[in-house]
Amino acid sequence: MTPLLETRGVWQRFGGLIANSDVSISVGRGEIVGLIGPNGAGKSTLFNLIAGVLPPTQGSIWLDGEDVTRLPAAERCQRGIGRTFQVVKSFETMTVIDNVIVGALVQTTVMREARRKAYEVLKFAGLAGRADVLASQLIPSEKRRLEVARALATEPKLLLLDEVLTGLTPIEAQKGVELVRRVRETGVTVLMVEHVMEIVMPLVDRAIVLDLGKVLVEGKPAEIVRDPKVISAYLGDRHALSA
Amino acid sequence: MDKNFAQRRRRDLVVAAAFAVVAALVPLFVKDVYVQNIMVLTLMYAALSQSWNILSGYCGQISLGHALYFGIGAYTTALLFTKFGVLPWFGMLGGGLISALIAMALGYPCFRLRGHYFVIATIVIAEIALLLFQNWNFAGAALGIDIPVRHDSWLTFQFTRSKLPYFYFALVLAAIAWLVTWWLEDSKWGYWWRAVKDNPDAAESLGVVVFNSKMGAAAVSAFLTAVGGSFYAQFVSYIDPESVMGFQFSLLMALPAVLGGIGTLWGPVLGAVILIPLTELTRSFIGGSGRGVDLIVYGTLIVLISLARPEGLVGLFSRRRKEAVR
Amino acid sequence: MTAETIIQSLASGLLMGLLYGLIAVGLALIFGLMDVVNFAHGEFLMIAMYATFFLFAFFAVDPLLSAPLVAAALFLFGAVVYLLIVRFAVRAKANAGMVQIFSTFGLAIVMRGVAQFFFTPDYRSVTHSWLGGRTVSLGGIFLPVPQLAGAMVAIAAFVGLYFFINRTDFGRALEATREDAGAVALVGIDKNRVFALGWGLGAALVGLAGAIMATFFYIYPDVGASFALIAYVTVALGGFGSVFGAFAGGIIVGLVEATTALILPPSLKSVGIYAVYLLVVFIRPRGLFGSI
Repeated sequence: MTPLLETRGVWQRFGGLIANSDVSISVGRGEIVGLIGPNGAGKSTLFNLIAGVLPPTQGSIWLDGEDVTRLPAAERCQRGIGRTFQVVKSFETMTVIDNVIVGALVQTTVMREARRKAYEVLKFAGLAGRADVLASQLIPSEKRRLEVARALATEPKLLLLDEVLTGLTPIEAQKGVELVRRVRETGVTVLMVEHVMEIVMPLVDRAIVLDLGKVLVEGKPAEIVRDPKVISAYLGDRHALSA
Repeated sequence: MDKNFAQRRRRDLVVAAAFAVVAALVPLFVKDVYVQNIMVLTLMYAALSQSWNILSGYCGQISLGHALYFGIGAYTTALLFTKFGVLPWFGMLGGGLISALIAMALGYPCFRLRGHYFVIATIVIAEIALLLFQNWNFAGAALGIDIPVRHDSWLTFQFTRSKLPYFYFALVLAAIAWLVTWWLEDSKWGYWWRAVKDNPDAAESLGVVVFNSKMGAAAVSAFLTAVGGSFYAQFVSYIDPESVMGFQFSLLMALPAVLGGIGTLWGPVLGAVILIPLTELTRSFIGGSGRGVDLIVYGTLIVLISLARPEGLVGLFSRRRKEAVR
Repeated sequence: MTAETIIQSLASGLLMGLLYGLIAVGLALIFGLMDVVNFAHGEFLMIAMYATFFLFAFFAVDPLLSAPLVAAALFLFGAVVYLLIVRFAVRAKANAGMVQIFSTFGLAIVMRGVAQFFFTPDYRSVTHSWLGGRTVSLGGIFLPVPQLAGAMVAIAAFVGLYFFINRTDFGRALEATREDAGAVALVGIDKNRVFALGWGLGAALVGLAGAIMATFFYIYPDVGASFALIAYVTVALGGFGSVFGAFAGGIIVGLVEATTALILPPSLKSVGIYAVYLLVVFIRPRGLFGSI
């Protein structure tokens, strides 16, 4: 069976800087995969390439056995890639429910249907009580939830989560972890970037470590944390390692 | 919650209908031609500002060059009528379609621009059109076009004895612009536009085709603006480039929406109802002999309102202040 | 069309262009500092021209002498406009862009009204001045002295501005504030003071331009409008916020205008400027030298 997502020999150069070199990863249906690595490892770039913010300099990206390398972000979303942003990008002057309706409109153009779907997703994400509040009035952890809800409303096959758990209080982070697990239970595949290992390791089925733009190692979380290559890559980045 | 939303939509519709009925009855009591003239202009600007609001308010692409579409509407109608004898009704439709096409053709390169670069491009394009029309001999160049007045008729849309037909047409125009906005507000387009305005990157990640959203908004906005221009040509029966394509028209279209509440359903109507009579009255009563007092009053008002109520005057009327902001 | 007429018009285009650069640079400075476009910029120019005219008409001060006075007066005016209006406009929570545009635009309307009220809509001109009406001949090319003086003032102003921004404490504070207004507050620089001075400086520069232009343009309440659009195009062409860009943009606009006037009827001379602006931003959406 073809994997849900595959990158084949992806390169990304910005001028003289190489952000990703020859990255080939794959994500299987129903998995939760963590994409980790020290600062500047090229995680965010790879994420943007998968989401379609920009095309890779070289290499190709496959979703569900189809080449999506040249498709713009909007069309990738329609094909089943949902994403959140590291720096949250809410529609600030719109209400929470309206934010989610924008996502729901990918699946239907019947407004009544989109609105119903949006409420359903808000309930799922634990934001139903805030539906009629302006997005600008949410607290940071709620904004993260809104990002997830909005992406879920597009009914993605693959959900890309960009540091959704970073910077939350332990209680909020725990709730976030539960949300991600519930998302997977609905059949959505999750690929998540996290900088801090201790948060993601218990959650993911498999981890891919990027370093200096390359895939350093991949495998089960328990193996990864003991891998000497990973430890040395993270050296000097003690905060991220503090397990 | 869903019920609340549906109720609010219905209530907006009922309030609008009530306003329309009241407005329609006003001429029965107000016979003064001067006042009727102001009422026609108020309705026309309400319609124009509502159209402008679609592109600039909802979709966030601030245009200060809408005089272009207004002028094209006016000129298409006037040229077709005076040169080819085509009835203004067809000119109105034709002008609208031409404007929509031009808006999309211009949008193709312009929508890549952001912020002030976009705003200045809209001003500059309208200005180029103004200069070209001033030098276009077929269209009367700087002297413009005098539309010959024959006899009062709905067929040629000319009325000399009474302003009332113009008044009712302007009312219908304002109602149509309002209804179009009302309908689009709760449609895929309405949501796409507001998403594009707030954050194009996030919108794109949620399947919104940002470029198409802007093109759609530009087309609808330009079409309605041009219909307003056609109406104006018939109403004043004389047009020249400066009087229908000048920069001040672009501003006059934007101001009611900005002061009333940009990107809101009621903002343009409210803004026009306050601003246009005020402009006309200050001009007639204290602006005599070009002393400029009207400008001082008008300008001060713009400064004060934009500083004190950045979300527009609708905020004062709405119990749901939060929603007015959007 | 002879080679001589071409050189002649390019030379006057260059001079006019330097002056356009001087008109526009204040706008660029303010934008670079705080991301605000002053839509009353043309009216700043207008009152500078009136100030020059009245100093001439009542006290017989030659525009060349009154230029520093006018610039100083405009400095105060600019700072006051910031403190009374713009300071509040940038605080707006909703529709920040709109509020900036329309609060400064409202100010422009008020200023035009005030000019009409006190100065009447009549056309004024500085009838005789040290510079006015003379030309010099440089290798067979005739250059009007006022424009030549204007160009030299513009160059001097740009050189001065360069040293000012790079060599003085205030210049450095200006640069630091434009880079990160939040951070400068932490090191004890008063943001409002820097912004007010920035507005003062921007206005003073357009004041200088107004004093020179009073010697060869008619002065009337709406005179600013026609130059304002050119100033916006100049600034945008160079890239918003780039002081050097405004200088280069001005020269380009001057040359393009002169070239257009050679090819098209005079009434269409601005079309060339506008078309070049569109061409540039369609290819480089951030202007020629813009990086923001």
